[in-house]
Amino acid sequence: MIEAWQFVIRNPEQMVEWTLEHLWVTFIACSIAVILGVPLGIYITDKGKEQIADAVLYLAEITMTIPSLAIFGFLMFILAAIGLPSIGFTPAVIALIIYAQLPILRNTYVAIRQVDPAMIEAGKGMGMSERQLLFRVKLPLSVPVIMAGLRTAIVMTIAIATIAAVIGFGGLGQAIWWGIRGARMDLIIAGGVSVAILGLLTDIFLSRVQRWVTPKGLKEM
Amino acid sequence: MIKLDRVTKVYPGGTEAVREASFEVEKGEICVLLGPSGCGKTTTMKMINLLIHITAGKIYIDGVDNTKIDEDELRRNIGYAIQDIGLFPHMTVRQNIETVPVLKGWTKAERAKRVETLLELVGMGSGEFIDKYPSELSGGQRQRVGVARALGADPPILLMDEPFGAIDPITRARLQDEFLKIQREIKKTVVFVTHDIHEAIKMGDKIALMNEGELVQYDTPANLLYRPKNGFVEKFVGADRALKGLQLIRVKEFMWGFPPTVKTDETAQAARQRMKREGINQMVVVGEGRKFLGWVEWADLEKGKMVSEIMKPSSDVATVDTVLNEALSIMLSTRLNNLAIVNEDNRLEGMLSFDAIRKALSETAQRGESE
Amino acid sequence: MRRQVVLVSLIALCIGLTVWVTSMDRVGIMFPFTWEGMAKHAQRHLQLVFVAEIIAIAIGVPLGVLVTRPGFKKLAIPIIGGASAGQSVPSMAIVAIMVPLIGLGFRPAMVALIIWGVLPILRNSYAAINDINPAIIEAARGMGMTRGQIVRKIELPLALPVIMTGIRVSTVVLVGSATLAALVAGGGLGEIILVGVFVGEPLIILQGGAPAAAMAITMGFILERIERWMTPRGLRVKAEIS
Ligand SMILES: Nc1ncnc2c1ncn2[C@@H]1O[C@H](COP(=O)(O)OP(=O)(O)O)[C@@H](O)[C@H]1O
Ligand SMILES: [Mg+2]
Repeated sequence: MIEAWQFVIRNPEQMVEWTLEHLWVTFIACSIAVILGVPLGIYITDKGKEQIADAVLYLAEITMTIPSLAIFGFLMFILAAIGLPSIGFTPAVIALIIYAQLPILRNTYVAIRQVDPAMIEAGKGMGMSERQLLFRVKLPLSVPVIMAGLRTAIVMTIAIATIAAVIGFGGLGQAIWWGIRGARMDLIIAGGVSVAILGLLTDIFLSRVQRWVTPKGLKEM
Repeated sequence: MIKLDRVTKVYPGGTEAVREASFEVEKGEICVLLGPSGCGKTTTMKMINLLIHITAGKIYIDGVDNTKIDEDELRRNIGYAIQDIGLFPHMTVRQNIETVPVLKGWTKAERAKRVETLLELVGMGSGEFIDKYPSELSGGQRQRVGVARALGADPPILLMDEPFGAIDPITRARLQDEFLKIQREIKKTVVFVTHDIHEAIKMGDKIALMNEGELVQYDTPANLLYRPKNGFVEKFVGADRALKGLQLIRVKEFMWGFPPTVKTDETAQAARQRMKREGINQMVVVGEGRKFLGWVEWADLEKGKMVSEIMKPSSDVATVDTVLNEALSIMLSTRLNNLAIVNEDNRLEGMLSFDAIRKALSETAQRGESE
Repeated sequence: MRRQVVLVSLIALCIGLTVWVTSMDRVGIMFPFTWEGMAKHAQRHLQLVFVAEIIAIAIGVPLGVLVTRPGFKKLAIPIIGGASAGQSVPSMAIVAIMVPLIGLGFRPAMVALIIWGVLPILRNSYAAINDINPAIIEAARGMGMTRGQIVRKIELPLALPVIMTGIRVSTVVLVGSATLAALVAGGGLGEIILVGVFVGEPLIILQGGAPAAAMAITMGFILERIERWMTPRGLRVKAEIS
């Protein structure tokens, strides 16, 4: 415990670098996941796409259950075959994008589907186009639920990014990984504890954000 | 049957929900606890089966202090039906109804028979419902099953907390009528909670009107309407209470039970003596087993020797549960001053006189003027 | 129908990859794991998951139910709050923190998996009991059921489906997390993955990862079936409507 603390004190730049790396990959992966997941989630709510929606959501649900190390292996194999870098940042960020967009996709779909039909009717009655309906009624009402999905995605991404250290991505997982390989207890503890704290703090922060983005009218009375 | 003796409930936190309430529910009667929301009706009711503990005072059931009885045993002998029904969603209609019989260790055959009887009783006896789950029933059907379940082990007492509260008015009226019909058969001692004055007048033999934890008036529906004890009662029953009375009060409250009768094979002379003694000018004629046949009138007594020669046969009757204004309109159409009250088998149960109704109405009218 | 297609093709893909790599003569510079090796690691993997899961159930369900009881309500907020916060701690961190506490090997892996597996079970067990309509409990009490009867005949049957969901989620998560057990020398399919990582051979990583994925998907499917089968019919009808 004391050694771990000494490591942190002696190598502040290293700890900060790992933390920033961790946050950076989380940010990149989740941003791209939102850009992909939200439109896809909206797309499959269209009428006539129920079958596709069901298959996509089921695939998403199953994919979330696949161990991340298995996904890493699969990506490394594919990336190597097409001549892209098969270790480090590239496979890590791709895997994280895949994982992160699953809860976002699912929650977007659920959120939009559960918008009260009466409100949609009212919007139509006021002469809104499909587009206006989406941006003025459906999406604003869906924000809290989509945000909950994003929260799950971010917390999950932080966890999986830790594992990505194993395939050569940096981040705080690196400390654990090096510690395990070099039998350095101080590194294992420093990495484990700081990743745990990072996860907890992020979750607390996001729960605040979630409350904050909920429109006043939707907050529980 | 149920006797409350200065019962008080103070909730932790200091809310005095019920203050020194005393009243008695007779065997076989429906006692309605009535009053605005939050006045302590539910609390009063739940102290009877000890779902809520009594702070002070005593409740006696058949003369026994209810706190002296084992709680679970007590509750198994008191049927309980609540507003949200509380049917067990993971159990079929059959399993729900036989809950208490199972707890009491009845055999399978006894339970099967009981479930069948009860479903029959609540009008769901076709066998189509017995293995359904609550989620597969309509709101009205669920309420019926709720009542059947409360009657599961044939308890002598039934507690019902706004049992028809959450359904549409038409279904509610039908369930009320059905329940009254059932009650005529099973004659349970019922404590029935409602905040609806109409329901109270319709269902109650007695009404306990409560306000802010206090029992304001405990009386028959007619007395509550026509002899309100104070301003609160008057206001609660409403300004249109004369009309309400006609629409809601049932014949049984005004009828003359066991009126004098005469048989067809008796003489006109015998009829005359009896009518003179009772001071009436119309008398009921009955046949075998008190079946209602018609009337003899004072003015006709000279017209023949035997009752059978002078009687006026009639088939215009009402039952104890006919409401007053219906009874009135039958009387008006027959031009008789009296109406025979019979049961399903046309056996005489009583007699309703126009005067009795008129007297009650004029009392209200006078009170109304003097206000 | 489409669901089955998705499910079957994913499992087939995973098993196909496993068989393909295992039956290769050579993968890059090394030999792939043999069938016996695969069986041994898969067995160890399942052992980790099952033992951890059973202990997690034995802890999570009673504890989750206990904190819904009137006398223990005060414990509910710290315990349930702690469980949901705990789920935001990365599994790798839990595994890592076990090392200085317990050392290397099967035991720290097991303890980490139990901790990680108990969280969803605890949360769901608590929520399942807590969310039962109070009117139902009151009706049961009013009919003279004893406390024990209410728990056995009403609360547990009604809560069972939600508790089962917790168990399913927990099991599936454990299959994945168990691949991390290899990091602390706990064995299992993760060991094959690690070897692949060390020699930089994606196909070997897949040789360990693909069967783990197949395992997770299959177990998720089976447990979902059990869950549905355990859901009383009266609740299933409602679930289908909503
Ligand atoms: N469990 C409780 N704890 C504290 N106060 C209660 C409780 N239950 C009811 N009360 C209070 O007691 C009063 C009477 O409640 P209740 O008997 O439910 O009224 P009613 O059934 O007539 O609407 C109300 O003021 C209510 O807020
Ligand atoms: Mg009430």
